[in-house]
Amino acid sequence: MNQAAIILQNVHYSADGIHILKNITGSFPEGKITTLVGPSGAGKSTLFKLCNGLRSPDSGEILIKGKSIYEYDPLDLRRKVGIALQSATMIKGSVLDNLQLPLTLQGQKIEREYAEELLHDVGLGEEFIERNAKDLSGGQRQKLSIARTLVNKPKVLLLDEITSSLDRVSQHDIEELIEKINRKYGTTIIWITHNLDQALRIGHYTWVMMNGELIESGESSLLQNPQDKRVQEFVKGELE
Amino acid sequence: MSYLTLSLTLIFVLIPLLLSRTLKLGLEKDTLIATVRSIIQLLVVGYVLQYVFQADSFIFILLMILLMIGAATQNARKKGASIQGITWKLFITFVFIEILTQSILLGLNIVPATPQYIIPISGMVIGNSMVLGILFLNRFTAEVENQKEETELILSLGGTPKQAIHTQLITSIKASTIPTIESQKTIGLVQLPGMMSGQIIAGADPVQAVQFQLLILFLLLTTAVVTSIMLGFLSYPALFNKRMQFLKLKS
Repeated sequence: MNQAAIILQNVHYSADGIHILKNITGSFPEGKITTLVGPSGAGKSTLFKLCNGLRSPDSGEILIKGKSIYEYDPLDLRRKVGIALQSATMIKGSVLDNLQLPLTLQGQKIEREYAEELLHDVGLGEEFIERNAKDLSGGQRQKLSIARTLVNKPKVLLLDEITSSLDRVSQHDIEELIEKINRKYGTTIIWITHNLDQALRIGHYTWVMMNGELIESGESSLLQNPQDKRVQEFVKGELE
Repeated sequence: MSYLTLSLTLIFVLIPLLLSRTLKLGLEKDTLIATVRSIIQLLVVGYVLQYVFQADSFIFILLMILLMIGAATQNARKKGASIQGITWKLFITFVFIEILTQSILLGLNIVPATPQYIIPISGMVIGNSMVLGILFLNRFTAEVENQKEETELILSLGGTPKQAIHTQLITSIKASTIPTIESQKTIGLVQLPGMMSGQIIAGADPVQAVQFQLLILFLLLTTAVVTSIMLGFLSYPALFNKRMQFLKLKS
Protein backbone atom coordinates (compact mmCIF):
# COMPACT_ATOMS: atom_id res chain seq x y z
CA MET A 1 0.00 0.00 0.00
CA ASN A 2 1.18 3.57 -0.74
CA GLN A 3 2.00 6.17 1.86
CA ALA A 4 -1.18 7.19 3.71
CA ALA A 5 -2.93 10.50 2.99
CA ILE A 6 -5.15 10.05 6.04
CA ILE A 7 -4.55 7.84 9.06
CA LEU A 8 -7.15 7.21 11.73
CA GLN A 9 -6.12 5.73 15.06
CA ASN A 10 -8.74 4.50 17.54
CA VAL A 11 -11.21 7.19 16.52
CA HIS A 12 -14.41 7.46 18.54
CA TYR A 13 -17.21 9.92 17.93
CA SER A 14 -20.62 10.29 19.51
CA ALA A 15 -23.41 12.84 19.27
CA ASP A 16 -26.52 13.23 21.42
CA GLY A 17 -25.45 10.20 23.43
CA ILE A 18 -25.27 7.95 20.35
CA HIS A 19 -21.96 6.24 19.59
CA ILE A 20 -21.59 6.94 15.85
CA LEU A 21 -17.98 5.87 15.26
CA LYS A 22 -16.40 3.13 17.32
CA ASN A 23 -12.67 2.66 17.50
CA ILE A 24 -11.91 3.31 13.84
CA THR A 25 -8.33 2.50 12.90
CA GLY A 26 -7.16 2.51 9.31
CA SER A 27 -5.68 4.55 6.53
CA PHE A 28 -6.45 5.95 3.09
CA PRO A 29 -3.55 5.58 0.67
CA GLU A 30 -2.24 8.70 -0.97
CA GLY A 31 -3.04 9.28 -4.63
CA LYS A 32 -5.52 6.41 -4.79
CA ILE A 33 -9.29 6.05 -4.95
CA THR A 34 -10.76 4.40 -1.89
CA THR A 35 -14.45 3.68 -1.71
CA LEU A 36 -16.42 3.64 1.53
CA VAL A 37 -19.32 1.23 1.47
CA GLY A 38 -21.79 0.02 4.04
CA PRO A 39 -25.44 0.28 4.99
CA SER A 40 -27.06 3.62 5.91
CA GLY A 41 -26.23 4.77 9.42
CA ALA A 42 -22.78 3.12 9.34
CA GLY A 43 -21.10 6.46 10.15
CA LYS A 44 -19.54 7.04 6.71
CA SER A 45 -20.66 10.68 6.30
CA THR A 46 -19.66 11.45 9.89
CA LEU A 47 -16.20 10.05 9.18
CA PHE A 48 -15.92 12.53 6.29
CA LYS A 49 -16.87 15.44 8.54
CA LEU A 50 -14.14 14.37 10.97
CA CYS A 51 -11.53 14.27 8.18
CA ASN A 52 -12.61 17.70 6.87
CA GLY A 53 -12.58 19.21 10.37
CA LEU A 54 -16.32 19.94 10.54
CA ARG A 55 -16.39 17.71 13.64
CA SER A 56 -13.71 16.57 16.08
CA PRO A 57 -13.37 13.03 17.41
CA ASP A 58 -14.15 12.39 21.09
CA SER A 59 -10.93 10.41 21.27
CA GLY A 60 -8.31 8.98 18.95
CA GLU A 61 -6.10 10.62 16.38
CA ILE A 62 -6.57 11.67 12.77
CA LEU A 63 -3.44 12.41 10.77
CA ILE A 64 -3.58 14.18 7.42
CA LYS A 65 -0.33 13.84 5.49
CA GLY A 66 1.34 12.76 8.71
CA LYS A 67 0.18 15.79 10.70
CA SER A 68 -2.52 15.74 13.36
CA ILE A 69 -5.70 17.61 12.32
CA TYR A 70 -5.25 19.77 15.42
CA GLU A 71 -1.96 21.10 14.01
CA TYR A 72 -3.77 22.49 10.97
CA ASP A 73 -5.53 25.81 10.82
CA PRO A 74 -9.19 24.70 10.43
CA LEU A 75 -9.69 26.83 7.29
CA ASP A 76 -6.51 25.49 5.72
CA LEU A 77 -7.51 21.90 6.54
CA ARG A 78 -10.93 22.34 4.91
CA ARG A 79 -9.38 23.70 1.73
CA LYS A 80 -6.85 20.84 1.59
CA VAL A 81 -9.44 18.17 2.34
CA GLY A 82 -12.40 19.11 0.15
CA ILE A 83 -15.80 17.59 0.67
CA ALA A 84 -18.76 17.35 -1.68
CA LEU A 85 -21.74 16.72 0.55
CA GLN A 86 -24.60 14.44 -0.41
CA SER A 87 -27.13 17.26 0.03
CA ALA A 88 -25.40 19.37 -2.69
CA THR A 89 -26.61 22.53 -0.93
CA MET A 90 -26.65 25.68 -3.03
CA ILE A 91 -26.42 29.26 -1.86
CA LYS A 92 -28.79 31.90 -3.27
CA GLY A 93 -27.63 33.13 -6.64
CA SER A 94 -26.44 31.86 -10.00
CA VAL A 95 -24.42 28.80 -10.93
CA LEU A 96 -21.40 31.11 -11.20
CA ASP A 97 -22.01 32.49 -7.67
CA ASN A 98 -22.02 28.94 -6.37
CA LEU A 99 -19.06 27.82 -8.40
CA GLN A 100 -16.85 30.66 -7.24
CA LEU A 101 -17.99 30.47 -3.62
CA PRO A 102 -14.69 28.95 -2.37
CA LEU A 103 -12.83 31.89 -3.92
CA THR A 104 -15.39 34.50 -2.83
CA LEU A 105 -14.75 33.33 0.74
CA GLN A 106 -11.10 34.26 0.19
CA GLY A 107 -11.96 37.62 -1.39
CA GLN A 108 -11.17 36.44 -4.93
CA LYS A 109 -13.08 35.89 -8.17
CA ILE A 110 -13.02 32.98 -10.56
CA GLU A 111 -11.81 33.50 -14.12
CA ARG A 112 -14.62 33.00 -16.62
CA GLU A 113 -12.61 30.56 -18.72
CA TYR A 114 -11.73 28.39 -15.71
CA ALA A 115 -15.36 28.43 -14.59
CA GLU A 116 -16.52 27.25 -18.00
CA GLU A 117 -13.84 24.57 -18.09
CA LEU A 118 -14.90 23.23 -14.70
CA LEU A 119 -18.56 23.19 -15.70
CA HIS A 120 -17.67 21.42 -18.91
CA ASP A 121 -15.63 18.83 -16.98
CA VAL A 122 -18.58 17.90 -14.78
CA GLY A 123 -20.95 17.77 -17.74
CA LEU A 124 -22.68 21.12 -17.33
CA GLY A 125 -22.43 23.30 -20.42
CA GLU A 126 -21.38 26.95 -20.25
CA GLU A 127 -25.01 27.91 -20.91
CA PHE A 128 -25.66 27.04 -17.25
CA ILE A 129 -23.32 29.68 -15.89
CA GLU A 130 -25.87 32.47 -15.40
CA ARG A 131 -28.76 30.20 -14.43
CA ASN A 132 -30.28 30.39 -10.96
CA ALA A 133 -28.79 27.53 -8.95
CA LYS A 134 -32.13 26.88 -7.25
CA ASP A 135 -33.61 25.94 -10.65
CA LEU A 136 -31.15 23.09 -11.21
CA SER A 137 -32.26 19.47 -10.98
CA GLY A 138 -30.87 17.20 -8.25
CA GLY A 139 -28.33 15.70 -10.65
CA GLN A 140 -27.21 19.09 -11.94
CA ARG A 141 -26.72 20.29 -8.37
CA GLN A 142 -24.57 17.24 -7.65
CA LYS A 143 -22.40 18.08 -10.64
CA LEU A 144 -22.11 21.73 -9.63
CA SER A 145 -21.28 20.68 -6.08
CA ILE A 146 -18.36 18.57 -7.35
CA ALA A 147 -17.09 21.40 -9.56
CA ARG A 148 -17.33 23.82 -6.63
CA THR A 149 -15.29 21.53 -4.38
CA LEU A 150 -12.61 21.30 -7.09
CA VAL A 151 -12.16 25.10 -7.12
CA ASN A 152 -10.09 24.86 -3.92
CA LYS A 153 -7.82 22.30 -5.67
CA PRO A 154 -7.92 19.95 -2.67
CA LYS A 155 -5.21 17.37 -2.05
CA VAL A 156 -7.82 14.98 -0.69
CA LEU A 157 -11.31 14.84 -2.12
CA LEU A 158 -14.17 13.40 -0.07
CA LEU A 159 -17.21 12.53 -2.17
CA ASP A 160 -20.40 11.66 -0.35
CA GLU A 161 -22.71 9.72 -2.66
CA ILE A 162 -22.26 12.24 -5.40
CA THR A 163 -23.74 10.10 -8.14
CA SER A 164 -26.78 8.87 -6.21
CA SER A 165 -29.22 11.12 -8.09
CA LEU A 166 -27.58 10.88 -11.51
CA ASP A 167 -28.61 8.82 -14.51
CA ARG A 168 -26.23 6.11 -15.78
CA VAL A 169 -24.64 8.28 -18.46
CA SER A 170 -23.98 11.12 -16.01
CA GLN A 171 -22.69 8.61 -13.43
CA HIS A 172 -20.23 7.32 -16.00
CA ASP A 173 -19.12 10.90 -16.89
CA ILE A 174 -18.50 11.72 -13.23
CA GLU A 175 -16.59 8.48 -12.69
CA GLU A 176 -14.36 9.36 -15.63
CA LEU A 177 -13.86 12.89 -14.31
CA ILE A 178 -12.89 11.68 -10.84
CA GLU A 179 -10.48 9.13 -12.32
CA LYS A 180 -9.00 11.89 -14.49
CA ILE A 181 -8.49 14.18 -11.46
CA ASN A 182 -6.93 11.30 -9.57
CA ARG A 183 -4.52 10.50 -12.41
CA LYS A 184 -3.71 14.08 -13.47
CA TYR A 185 -3.21 15.71 -10.07
CA GLY A 186 -2.56 12.67 -7.88
CA THR A 187 -5.51 13.72 -5.73
CA THR A 188 -6.47 11.22 -3.07
CA ILE A 189 -10.13 10.34 -3.53
CA ILE A 190 -12.38 8.84 -0.86
CA TRP A 191 -15.80 8.07 -2.22
CA ILE A 192 -18.89 6.97 -0.31
CA THR A 193 -21.10 4.91 -2.55
CA HIS A 194 -24.00 2.54 -2.19
CA ASN A 195 -23.26 1.12 -5.59
CA LEU A 196 -20.92 -1.87 -5.14
CA ASP A 197 -20.43 -2.23 -8.89
CA GLN A 198 -19.21 1.35 -8.92
CA ALA A 199 -16.91 0.62 -5.96
CA LEU A 200 -15.43 -2.33 -7.83
CA ARG A 201 -15.17 -0.35 -11.05
CA ILE A 202 -13.42 2.78 -9.84
CA GLY A 203 -11.95 2.05 -6.41
CA HIS A 204 -8.39 0.88 -5.89
CA TYR A 205 -9.17 0.17 -2.26
CA THR A 206 -12.32 -0.13 -0.20
CA TRP A 207 -13.50 0.18 3.39
CA VAL A 208 -16.61 -1.63 4.54
CA MET A 209 -18.26 0.07 7.51
CA MET A 210 -21.20 -1.12 9.56
CA ASN A 211 -22.79 0.26 12.67
CA GLY A 212 -19.97 2.73 13.32
CA GLU A 213 -17.21 0.13 12.90
CA LEU A 214 -14.68 -0.57 10.19
CA ILE A 215 -15.34 -4.22 9.42
CA GLU A 216 -13.00 -4.90 6.51
CA SER A 217 -10.60 -2.91 4.37
CA GLY A 218 -8.23 -3.65 1.55
CA GLU A 219 -8.14 -3.79 -2.22
CA SER A 220 -11.52 -3.37 -3.87
CA SER A 221 -11.54 -7.02 -4.92
CA LEU A 222 -12.33 -7.89 -1.29
CA LEU A 223 -15.92 -7.02 -2.12
CA GLN A 224 -16.00 -10.09 -4.36
CA ASN A 225 -14.68 -12.34 -1.64
CA PRO A 226 -15.23 -10.83 1.82
CA GLN A 227 -14.01 -12.66 4.90
CA ASP A 228 -16.44 -11.28 7.48
CA LYS A 229 -19.87 -12.89 7.57
CA ARG A 230 -21.66 -9.55 8.02
CA VAL A 231 -19.89 -8.18 4.96
CA GLN A 232 -20.73 -11.31 2.99
CA GLU A 233 -24.43 -10.80 3.78
CA PHE A 234 -24.26 -7.08 2.98
CA VAL A 235 -22.50 -7.64 -0.34
CA LYS A 236 -24.90 -10.42 -1.25
CA GLY A 237 -27.88 -8.16 -0.52
CA GLU A 238 -26.46 -5.20 -2.44
CA LEU A 239 -25.32 -7.13 -5.49
CA GLU A 240 -28.65 -8.96 -5.74
CA MET B 1 -58.60 63.08 36.55
CA SER B 2 -60.57 62.24 39.69
CA TYR B 3 -60.84 58.68 41.05
CA LEU B 4 -64.56 58.74 40.12
CA THR B 5 -63.70 59.57 36.50
CA LEU B 6 -60.95 56.96 36.55
CA SER B 7 -63.38 54.31 37.76
CA LEU B 8 -65.64 55.12 34.79
CA THR B 9 -62.84 54.00 32.47
CA LEU B 10 -63.56 50.46 33.68
CA ILE B 11 -66.42 50.54 31.17
CA PHE B 12 -63.70 49.81 28.62
CA VAL B 13 -62.93 46.64 30.53
CA LEU B 14 -66.57 45.66 30.82
CA ILE B 15 -67.09 45.77 27.04
CA PRO B 16 -64.56 43.02 26.20
CA LEU B 17 -65.70 41.02 29.23
CA LEU B 18 -69.33 41.08 28.08
CA LEU B 19 -68.37 40.29 24.47
CA SER B 20 -66.16 37.42 25.60
CA ARG B 21 -68.93 35.97 27.74
CA THR B 22 -71.62 36.35 25.08
CA LEU B 23 -69.49 34.84 22.31
CA LYS B 24 -67.92 32.26 24.67
CA LEU B 25 -64.40 33.41 23.75
CA GLY B 26 -63.01 32.34 27.12
CA LEU B 27 -61.06 35.57 27.58
CA GLU B 28 -62.72 36.67 30.83
CA LYS B 29 -60.08 35.29 33.21
CA ASP B 30 -57.13 36.73 31.26
CA THR B 31 -58.89 40.08 30.83
CA LEU B 32 -59.53 40.33 34.58
CA ILE B 33 -55.97 39.31 35.46
CA ALA B 34 -54.56 41.84 32.96
CA THR B 35 -56.80 44.59 34.34
CA VAL B 36 -55.92 43.93 37.99
CA ARG B 37 -52.20 43.58 37.20
CA SER B 38 -52.08 46.80 35.20
CA ILE B 39 -53.88 48.72 37.97
CA ILE B 40 -51.54 47.42 40.68
CA GLN B 41 -48.32 47.71 38.61
CA LEU B 42 -49.04 51.23 37.36
CA LEU B 43 -50.14 52.49 40.77
CA VAL B 44 -47.00 51.08 42.38
CA VAL B 45 -44.84 52.61 39.61
CA GLY B 46 -46.67 55.92 40.03
CA TYR B 47 -45.93 56.06 43.76
CA VAL B 48 -42.33 54.87 43.28
CA LEU B 49 -41.75 57.52 40.60
CA GLN B 50 -43.30 60.19 42.81
CA TYR B 51 -40.85 59.24 45.57
CA VAL B 52 -37.85 59.07 43.21
CA PHE B 53 -38.68 62.42 41.62
CA GLN B 54 -38.98 64.07 45.01
CA ALA B 55 -35.77 62.47 46.31
CA ASP B 56 -33.89 63.56 43.14
CA SER B 57 -31.08 61.12 44.00
CA PHE B 58 -28.65 59.59 41.49
CA ILE B 59 -28.71 56.27 43.36
CA PHE B 60 -32.48 55.96 42.97
CA ILE B 61 -32.29 56.78 39.27
CA LEU B 62 -29.59 54.15 38.82
CA LEU B 63 -31.62 51.58 40.75
CA MET B 64 -34.69 52.27 38.63
CA ILE B 65 -32.70 51.87 35.41
CA LEU B 66 -31.08 48.65 36.65
CA LEU B 67 -34.49 47.32 37.56
CA MET B 68 -35.74 48.07 34.05
CA ILE B 69 -32.69 46.42 32.46
CA GLY B 70 -33.02 43.39 34.73
CA ALA B 71 -36.70 42.95 33.87
CA ALA B 72 -36.04 43.43 30.14
CA THR B 73 -33.21 40.87 30.23
CA GLN B 74 -35.34 38.37 32.10
CA ASN B 75 -38.17 38.78 29.60
CA ALA B 76 -36.07 38.62 26.42
CA ARG B 77 -33.75 35.76 27.41
CA LYS B 78 -36.49 33.15 26.97
CA LYS B 79 -36.47 33.79 23.21
CA GLY B 80 -32.75 33.23 22.96
CA ALA B 81 -32.43 30.43 25.49
CA SER B 82 -30.93 28.19 22.79
CA ILE B 83 -27.92 30.51 22.47
CA GLN B 84 -25.13 30.01 24.99
CA GLY B 85 -24.73 32.94 27.41
CA ILE B 86 -27.65 34.95 26.01
CA THR B 87 -28.52 36.47 29.41
CA TRP B 88 -25.32 38.47 29.79
CA LYS B 89 -25.31 39.31 26.07
CA LEU B 90 -28.75 40.89 26.43
CA PHE B 91 -27.73 42.62 29.66
CA ILE B 92 -24.63 44.13 28.03
CA THR B 93 -26.67 45.25 25.01
CA PHE B 94 -29.28 47.01 27.16
CA VAL B 95 -26.61 48.66 29.33
CA PHE B 96 -24.74 49.84 26.23
CA ILE B 97 -27.90 51.24 24.62
CA GLU B 98 -28.81 53.08 27.83
CA ILE B 99 -25.32 54.57 28.22
CA LEU B 100 -25.15 55.53 24.53
CA THR B 101 -28.52 57.28 24.41
CA GLN B 102 -28.26 58.99 27.79
CA SER B 103 -24.72 60.18 27.02
CA ILE B 104 -25.98 61.90 23.87
CA LEU B 105 -29.15 63.28 25.47
CA LEU B 106 -27.52 64.55 28.65
CA GLY B 107 -24.06 65.26 27.25
CA LEU B 108 -25.45 67.57 24.56
CA ASN B 109 -28.06 69.06 26.91
CA ILE B 110 -30.90 67.85 24.70
CA VAL B 111 -32.94 67.07 27.84
CA PRO B 112 -32.37 68.23 31.43
CA ALA B 113 -30.57 65.81 33.75
CA THR B 114 -33.54 65.28 36.05
CA PRO B 115 -35.31 62.04 37.01
CA GLN B 116 -38.51 63.31 35.29
CA TYR B 117 -36.70 63.02 31.94
CA ILE B 118 -34.12 60.32 32.53
CA ILE B 119 -36.45 57.64 33.88
CA PRO B 120 -39.30 57.81 31.34
CA ILE B 121 -36.89 58.09 28.42
CA SER B 122 -34.85 55.17 29.78
CA GLY B 123 -38.06 53.17 30.05
CA MET B 124 -38.88 53.82 26.41
CA VAL B 125 -35.35 53.06 25.24
CA ILE B 126 -34.95 49.85 27.25
CA GLY B 127 -38.50 48.71 26.46
CA ASN B 128 -37.96 49.23 22.75
CA SER B 129 -34.58 47.56 22.92
CA MET B 130 -36.20 44.56 24.66
CA VAL B 131 -38.85 44.20 21.94
CA LEU B 132 -36.17 44.49 19.26
CA GLY B 133 -34.06 41.91 21.08
CA ILE B 134 -36.98 39.49 21.17
CA LEU B 135 -37.78 40.07 17.48
CA PHE B 136 -34.13 39.58 16.54
CA LEU B 137 -33.59 36.42 18.60
CA ASN B 138 -36.83 34.89 17.37
CA ARG B 139 -35.83 35.37 13.75
CA PHE B 140 -32.15 34.58 14.22
CA THR B 141 -32.68 31.20 15.92
CA ALA B 142 -35.20 30.25 13.21
CA GLU B 143 -32.78 31.30 10.44
CA VAL B 144 -29.89 29.40 12.02
CA GLU B 145 -32.00 26.26 12.28
CA ASN B 146 -33.41 26.52 8.75
CA GLN B 147 -30.10 27.35 7.08
CA LYS B 148 -27.78 24.97 8.91
CA GLU B 149 -26.89 23.09 5.71
CA GLU B 150 -25.76 26.35 4.10
CA THR B 151 -23.72 27.19 7.19
CA GLU B 152 -21.96 23.81 7.07
CA LEU B 153 -21.40 24.15 3.32
CA ILE B 154 -19.54 27.45 3.74
CA LEU B 155 -17.48 26.06 6.62
CA SER B 156 -16.66 22.94 4.61
CA LEU B 157 -15.32 25.10 1.77
CA GLY B 158 -13.00 26.97 4.11
CA GLY B 159 -15.22 29.89 5.11
CA THR B 160 -15.00 31.51 8.53
CA PRO B 161 -17.87 31.30 11.05
CA LYS B 162 -18.71 34.94 10.31
CA GLN B 163 -18.96 34.19 6.59
CA ALA B 164 -20.98 31.05 7.31
CA ILE B 165 -23.58 32.91 9.38
CA HIS B 166 -23.52 36.23 7.49
CA THR B 167 -26.75 35.76 5.49
CA GLN B 168 -28.74 34.61 8.52
CA LEU B 169 -27.37 37.47 10.61
CA ILE B 170 -28.18 40.19 8.06
CA THR B 171 -31.64 38.76 7.34
CA SER B 172 -32.45 38.73 11.06
CA ILE B 173 -31.12 42.26 11.67
CA LYS B 174 -33.16 43.60 8.76
CA ALA B 175 -36.31 41.70 9.70
CA SER B 176 -36.23 42.90 13.30
CA THR B 177 -35.64 46.58 12.49
CA ILE B 178 -38.13 46.86 9.60
CA PRO B 179 -41.22 47.32 11.87
CA THR B 180 -39.58 50.32 13.60
CA ILE B 181 -38.56 51.96 10.33
CA GLU B 182 -41.89 51.24 8.62
CA SER B 183 -43.96 52.58 11.53
CA GLN B 184 -41.94 55.81 11.43
CA LYS B 185 -42.85 56.30 7.79
CA THR B 186 -46.56 56.52 8.57
CA ILE B 187 -46.36 58.18 11.96
CA GLY B 188 -48.70 61.13 12.27
CA LEU B 189 -50.64 59.92 9.23
CA VAL B 190 -51.99 56.65 10.55
CA GLN B 191 -51.41 56.88 14.27
CA LEU B 192 -50.55 59.60 16.77
CA PRO B 193 -47.82 58.32 19.07
CA GLY B 194 -48.87 57.60 22.65
CA MET B 195 -46.42 59.96 24.30
CA MET B 196 -47.35 62.88 22.07
CA SER B 197 -51.07 62.22 22.52
CA GLY B 198 -50.56 62.07 26.29
CA GLN B 199 -48.76 65.41 26.32
CA ILE B 200 -51.45 67.07 24.20
CA ILE B 201 -54.23 65.68 26.42
CA ALA B 202 -52.32 66.95 29.47
CA GLY B 203 -52.44 70.45 27.92
CA ALA B 204 -48.98 70.77 26.36
CA ASP B 205 -48.40 72.84 23.24
CA PRO B 206 -48.87 70.40 20.26
CA VAL B 207 -45.75 71.72 18.49
CA GLN B 208 -43.64 71.14 21.58
CA ALA B 209 -45.22 67.72 21.96
CA VAL B 210 -44.25 66.97 18.34
CA GLN B 211 -40.67 68.10 19.01
CA PHE B 212 -40.41 65.71 21.94
CA GLN B 213 -41.98 62.93 19.96
CA LEU B 214 -39.44 63.42 17.17
CA LEU B 215 -36.66 63.15 19.73
CA ILE B 216 -38.11 59.86 20.96
CA LEU B 217 -38.62 58.54 17.43
CA PHE B 218 -35.03 59.16 16.44
CA LEU B 219 -33.87 57.71 19.72
CA LEU B 220 -35.88 54.56 19.10
CA LEU B 221 -34.49 54.27 15.59
CA THR B 222 -30.95 54.20 16.97
CA THR B 223 -32.05 51.82 19.70
CA ALA B 224 -33.59 49.43 17.18
CA VAL B 225 -30.63 49.28 14.83
CA VAL B 226 -27.93 49.20 17.53
CA THR B 227 -29.77 46.52 19.55
CA SER B 228 -30.14 44.15 16.60
CA ILE B 229 -26.60 44.63 15.34
CA MET B 230 -24.98 44.40 18.76
CA LEU B 231 -27.01 41.37 19.82
CA GLY B 232 -26.28 39.71 16.49
CA PHE B 233 -22.54 40.17 16.71
CA LEU B 234 -22.48 39.12 20.37
CA SER B 235 -24.63 36.04 19.69
CA TYR B 236 -23.21 34.39 16.59
CA PRO B 237 -19.79 33.37 18.04
CA ALA B 238 -21.67 31.17 20.54
CA LEU B 239 -22.79 29.02 17.61
CA PHE B 240 -19.22 27.92 16.85
CA ASN B 241 -16.34 26.44 18.81
CA LYS B 242 -12.61 27.20 18.67
CA ARG B 243 -12.13 24.74 15.81
CA MET B 244 -14.68 26.79 13.83
CA GLN B 245 -17.21 23.96 14.00
CA PHE B 246 -20.91 24.70 13.91
CA LEU B 247 -22.59 23.77 17.19
CA LYS B 248 -26.19 22.73 17.54
CA LEU B 249 -28.53 25.21 19.20
CA LYS B 250 -29.29 24.24 22.80
CA SER B 251 -32.68 22.50 22.98
